[in-house]
Amino acid sequence: MSSTFDQIANIIAETCDIPRDTIKPESHAIDDLGIDSLDFLDIAFAIDKAFGIKMPLEKWTQEVNDGKATTEQYFVLQNLADRIDELVAAKNAAPGA
Amino acid sequence: MQLDYFQLIDRIVDLNLDEKRITVEAEVPTNHTIFEGHFPGFPIMPGVLLTEAMAQSSGWLILGVLKFERMPFLAIVKEAKMRGFVSPGQLLTIEAKLEHEGSGFAVTKAKGRVGKELKCSAEITFGLAPFPDPALRVHMDAMANKIGFPLQAITHD
Repeated sequence: MSSTFDQIANIIAETCDIPRDTIKPESHAIDDLGIDSLDFLDIAFAIDKAFGIKMPLEKWTQEVNDGKATTEQYFVLQNLADRIDELVAAKNAAPGA
Repeated sequence: MQLDYFQLIDRIVDLNLDEKRITVEAEVPTNHTIFEGHFPGFPIMPGVLLTEAMAQSSGWLILGVLKFERMPFLAIVKEAKMRGFVSPGQLLTIEAKLEHEGSGFAVTKAKGRVGKELKCSAEITFGLAPFPDPALRVHMDAMANKIGFPLQAITHD
């Protein structure tokens, strides 16, 4: 089974037409890969579907705007993969999961 | 349809918030200047207007799901397919289903039919934002009333 990073890298490559081999764990989705907010909507939909989660994009954005978090925490891909793993774990731990 | 005002939906036939789907009707006008150019001797609804009709249908569904707390704005249209001609005077029935409600966005799939014949379909993504101006909210309330939006569907649950 491929890692969470590999899965999101594949989604990004397919959604944004970015060569897969240029997408690294240390890549910043916005600063390095040039993904804009519209493409990120598309990516978020694909990630939500693939992992059965709802990424809290608005909460993350608010935290960045309020200075409580940096964009690196959410948009460097290995960090994004870690956040996704946390969301999946939280979903699986929820009652009725 | 009031094409001059970009109001493509005439009435909501069914809104099922449990299943997150909507059915609307839209009567294509018999006469309009659009048909003089699109096309002379062969008037048909432009595909962009069929796409907009599917987007507006989806928009009413999302407004219902969100209880009018936020406004859906068209962001992405995928797999838009114009499967057959839609002519002046025909009654278009559009069904839309919410595929996914994400954080700040929603995705629907919509289909338009004339009778039983499938005429168009698309997957549509919307950005969801607070109403940017109170006048827009007032307008949407008036439009909801005009097209028979079942307000009881969002006030009794």
